[in-house]
Amino acid sequence: MLLVPCPNCGPRNASDMSYGGEPHSRPDPNTASPEQWRTYLYLRDNESGWITEKWYCSSGCRKHFKLERHTLTGELRNPPLPGNKTGGHK
Amino acid sequence: MGKHKSPARYSAAGLAWRGLRNKSWPRVWREPELKSAYDVVVIGGGIHGLATAYYLASNHAITNVAVVDKAYLGSGGSGRNTAIVRSNYLTPEGVAFYDRSLDLYNTMSTDLNINVMFSERGHMTLAHTDSALRTMNWRAEVNKLQGIDSSVIAPDEIKKLSPSLDTSPNTRYPILGALYHPPGGTIRHDAVVWGYARAADAYGVDLHQKTEVLDILCEGGAGPNGKGAGGKVTGVRTNRGDIHAPVVVNCTAGWASTIASMAGVRLPITTHPLQAAVTEPVKTFLPTVIVSGSLHVYVSQTDRGELVFGASVDPVANYDMKGTLEFTEELAGHVLELMPGLSKMRLMRQWAGLCDMTPDYSPVMGPTPVDGFLVDVGWGTYGFKAGPVSGEQMAACIAHESMPDLIAPFVLSRFTDGTLVGEKGAAAVGH
Ligand SMILES: Cc1cc2nc3c(=O)[nH]c(=O)nc-3n(C[C@H](O)[C@H](O)[C@H](O)COP(=O)(O)OP(=O)(O)OC[C@H]3O[C@@H](n4cnc5c(N)ncnc54)[C@H](O)[C@@H]3O)c2cc1C
Ligand SMILES: [Zn+2]
Repeated sequence: MLLVPCPNCGPRNASDMSYGGEPHSRPDPNTASPEQWRTYLYLRDNESGWITEKWYCSSGCRKHFKLERHTLTGELRNPPLPGNKTGGHK
Repeated sequence: MGKHKSPARYSAAGLAWRGLRNKSWPRVWREPELKSAYDVVVIGGGIHGLATAYYLASNHAITNVAVVDKAYLGSGGSGRNTAIVRSNYLTPEGVAFYDRSLDLYNTMSTDLNINVMFSERGHMTLAHTDSALRTMNWRAEVNKLQGIDSSVIAPDEIKKLSPSLDTSPNTRYPILGALYHPPGGTIRHDAVVWGYARAADAYGVDLHQKTEVLDILCEGGAGPNGKGAGGKVTGVRTNRGDIHAPVVVNCTAGWASTIASMAGVRLPITTHPLQAAVTEPVKTFLPTVIVSGSLHVYVSQTDRGELVFGASVDPVANYDMKGTLEFTEELAGHVLELMPGLSKMRLMRQWAGLCDMTPDYSPVMGPTPVDGFLVDVGWGTYGFKAGPVSGEQMAACIAHESMPDLIAPFVLSRFTDGTLVGEKGAAAVGH
């Protein structure tokens, strides 16, 4: 099973988590055109390679976090945390 | 324009003649030189790409066509599926479309002169909950209105058709009824792929294996290098050189987004692996195809006697085709809930393929914002059965430069116009 590194709990089975998919910033529903709104709802980059995605540690610390994953090799890594210049992979 | 060479015909007499004279069969398709220009380049040598090329040649006399595949023909979903065909979908658009495919499958063995082993054994979708039963009734009514043989049957009738099913009320998910579709069944997927390849080749279509598309050449578009909306396609760049073509068709299923992004087009698709498994062969006991949405499992028995199992897609988007242990474990558990008698059977093989999932479980076909760049993608877990009709209609779309009625509901622009064709109720585990 995919072992997902939660930044708080460490590696946990993917079955302990909820998968959130590609992060996209939501347009303002009051000003977005129907086309902008549907683009946000439906269109995806769906890249083969390193991607950034959302996970939710539903059976653990119940925090949402971002994860970097390689969709072909299965490698996983935590992106650097904000303000933490030494953390993460870079 | 006729066929430029007829392939060796397959027949019992031919088999006996070659057998007695110790003669082997000729190569099934040529290995042509890669030309620098074609009228149409089809990317993807699965059933959709090959059928599109075949119908371009046979129905519209467009034969200066190349099909390119990065690996071998049928290496994608077309060689990995569980070969279930049916037309009992949920929307009128879906039903009409898949029913045309069944028509084409019915005459395929003679049309393509290859035995595709189409077995109309009947297809049963079990309902374990009231809401599932409601959807089955809804589907049956939509189906009947369009002349499709499809009805809801009760547990005693289910037991008669498939005695190995546990239809008792004492199970965790008792079987409340089923949507029964007698014309549904299975087909030999490899034969279909090879049949289209051989027939297209006979018309002069060039099939290029081990030819990977690395980039799509565009001009005039709003994005970098002339890609993106408002531009037009001029060809493709492959590992074997550039090919010029005014029309490029993306038939790459699980890889569809990677090809579309080379033209600056975004698709409403995420790629998920779908796994399947097969047991050792046993004496035939399972006459129909059985699908259970609530238990996320479906099963059929091949002519050789193996049981073929499938489930729903892996939850996490991925381009990796590795099988997982949790799939086998879950599958076995659910299969035993349906058919406790199988507990001693051994699994022989397990594999995965990539599925191009769309938000409404319907495909994406026809033009894109880049002129000349067409798509026939979004086939998810159910696209093999749609191969023949898709090829026929995509060929008409290319030849007449307009969308035929049968596939007009599936245009890419429906996602920005908000006119989705919701097939989730009939396709999520249904295949
Ligand atoms: C386990 C499993 C079970 C299934 N069961 C059923 C079923 O019972 N019934 C049903 O109807 N459907 C089923 N499906 C779905 C069905 O297999 C697919 O929808 C269908 O085969 C898609 O066909 P295609 O021709 O569009 O794509 P594919 O057959 O996937 O072909 C795409 C081709 O594109 C090529 N390609 C990719 N990238 C490039 C590139 N850059 N350059 C050149 N070539 C490239 C690949 O090599 C591949 O050969 C199942 C799928 C799986 C995985
Ligand atoms: Zn956690």
